[in-house]
Amino acid sequence: MIGLSQLVFLVIVITAGYFLTKRIKEIRRNILMGKPLDRSDKSSERLKSMILIAFGQKKMFKKPIPAFLHLLIYVGFLVINLEVLEFVIDGLTGEHRFFAPYLGDFYNVAMNFFEILALGVLISCIIFLIRRNVLKVERFTKPEMKGWPAMDGNLILIIEIVLMVVILKMNAADQVLQSRGVEGYYETGTLYISNVLIPIYQNFSSTLLITIERGAWWFHIVGILAFAVYVTYSKHLHIFLAFPNTYYSNLESKGKIANMDSVTNEVKLMLGMPAENGAAPEEVGRFGAKDATDLSWKSLMEAYSCTECGRCTAECPANQTGKLLSPRKVVMDTRDRIEEIGKGQGREKSLLGDYITNEEINACTSCNACTEACPVNIDPLSIILEMKRYVAMEESGSPASWNAMFANIETNFAPWKFAPTDRFNWADDVKQKD
Amino acid sequence: MLNKKTKMMRAVPTMAELAAQGKSPEILFWVGCAGSFDDRYKRVTVAFSEILLSLNIDFAVLGQEEACTGDPARRAGNEFLFQMQAMANIQVLNGYEVKKIVTACPHCFNTIKNEYPDLGGNYEVIHHTQFLQQLIDGGMLKVDGGEFKGKKITYHDSCYLGRANDVYEAPRELLKSLDADLVEMKRCRTNGLCCGAGGGQMFKDAEKGKKEINIERTEEALDTGAKVIASGCPFCMTMLSDGVKNKEKEGEVVVKDLAEIISESMK
Repeated sequence: MIGLSQLVFLVIVITAGYFLTKRIKEIRRNILMGKPLDRSDKSSERLKSMILIAFGQKKMFKKPIPAFLHLLIYVGFLVINLEVLEFVIDGLTGEHRFFAPYLGDFYNVAMNFFEILALGVLISCIIFLIRRNVLKVERFTKPEMKGWPAMDGNLILIIEIVLMVVILKMNAADQVLQSRGVEGYYETGTLYISNVLIPIYQNFSSTLLITIERGAWWFHIVGILAFAVYVTYSKHLHIFLAFPNTYYSNLESKGKIANMDSVTNEVKLMLGMPAENGAAPEEVGRFGAKDATDLSWKSLMEAYSCTECGRCTAECPANQTGKLLSPRKVVMDTRDRIEEIGKGQGREKSLLGDYITNEEINACTSCNACTEACPVNIDPLSIILEMKRYVAMEESGSPASWNAMFANIETNFAPWKFAPTDRFNWADDVKQKD
Repeated sequence: MLNKKTKMMRAVPTMAELAAQGKSPEILFWVGCAGSFDDRYKRVTVAFSEILLSLNIDFAVLGQEEACTGDPARRAGNEFLFQMQAMANIQVLNGYEVKKIVTACPHCFNTIKNEYPDLGGNYEVIHHTQFLQQLIDGGMLKVDGGEFKGKKITYHDSCYLGRANDVYEAPRELLKSLDADLVEMKRCRTNGLCCGAGGGQMFKDAEKGKKEINIERTEEALDTGAKVIASGCPFCMTMLSDGVKNKEKEGEVVVKDLAEIISESMK
């Protein structure tokens, strides 16, 4: 026999599941609108980088203080999810603290551990809010963070704080009910963190306490399910995408630019060399990227993996010296644009032009500071490069001095205007050894 | 001194000359465009060549057969031009059956090492600072700190050597072998700040901003109190030298390539 509350719970879980699945499919479809790129090789090396960088948060520790606070939230998230499992089982079975009878004394240890983590999450989120809004850490106040991105960041922290407070309130009310021997409230033993809140509830009637405890239970589980759906629309998606994103990250030397094979075939034909497999040149859609769909699926996955921490922008030499370029903005723009395309909107627009300007991409020194800084191995540089390719090869719209440099290489085989016959003149100054 | 008119008697052998004698050297010294044409960097090319000659290293250069690797074109987005250059160079290199290449330019180093293999050019490529370190480690090259002993020197990481290819130690080891007082800038190694010239920026004016990148970097180098700024890249050399001039410190602080520093310290 299913009770009313179980039925309501089931409906809520199914609804959340529906919206979550729909959104995940949408994101997957959007990512797959990107161009093909083969990253199926070297699976053990990929697994290793995923374990070190996503699971182990290796690159976060370049900045120890936020890394430690972030680690608390991350471990809290992972471990407290075990408690959510109990919540779901309780909700579906109509039990209360399903695991308590099975785990005996260990249940108390586990619950206390969860509470300590909940407190850790709570404190970290408060410090993060202070860093964003009071201390105004520079990377959180750049122009691309105005409006929704700043709000998104704050909302996530506030939701996490509320969820943690509620779980502690629930445990406090629960403990008072246990001490009064109210039916259905198993003895959990002392829970040391929520214990602090008990004096607030000591004089409440048992009926009111049950309402508070049940209210907190429902608030927490519905809150978590709603948060899960919210996450898929926010920058917070990195909690899941950090894993595939690091798995599929670039394993080559950072300095290597991937070869454009479509160009190779054409160049070989021009030079009168046999093309690969003697095949006719394949139909080339467009050189480089004008729009988000011209980028590889990996760049689009990166766009969804970005949590807008701004370490890339903070390390970017162009941004530091006041240029318009911000690698974070490039990644955020890519996500906004692919979202727009996914919705079938903005057909007259394109990523380059309407979102990102030539001035921005022309400021890049390809120094790889941004790719080095990213804690989840996002590569803004490859997005910038694809756009430079589009401008150079499809529009011949590179800056005039670059066009002159191209011309010099073509005619003098050097980027400067020197006669190729003078190339070896330096050797005149070499002293003959005695 | 060589008479400039007697070009036949150049001390540096070319691949073509050796091939005519049926010989092929152990290693090719890839000079690069800056090393060939830039007045300041030509001195680095000369210094490095003189080290190689004095140690009887079996090497040669391509001379007039060398051409731009295509790096600035590729990074500015012109993939066609890059591949034209790359394929032409690979034809020449493979024609001479080159196995090993040393270069004093991190951009050439990165391109030939990482990008030429995709187009059929497979060589062992090392940067001149790595080569010099190997020579010291192997006992072939003996140095004496001389004027650099105990002197404050800072080393500027070239992006294309450092982050791009994880070469951080060789240049520093060279300075340590001179017993120099190596002082690091605030941003160094993986966090090193670009000189501002990468990605084709060398060949255009910077975009609008509040400061030039090379000034930002030079200030950081000057803050260390070092009297020598060591570098291993022709573009960094230009950017930092300009920065030092801009700060009117050229009387006190010099920017030198590691090959020059080693050349001046040879026993």
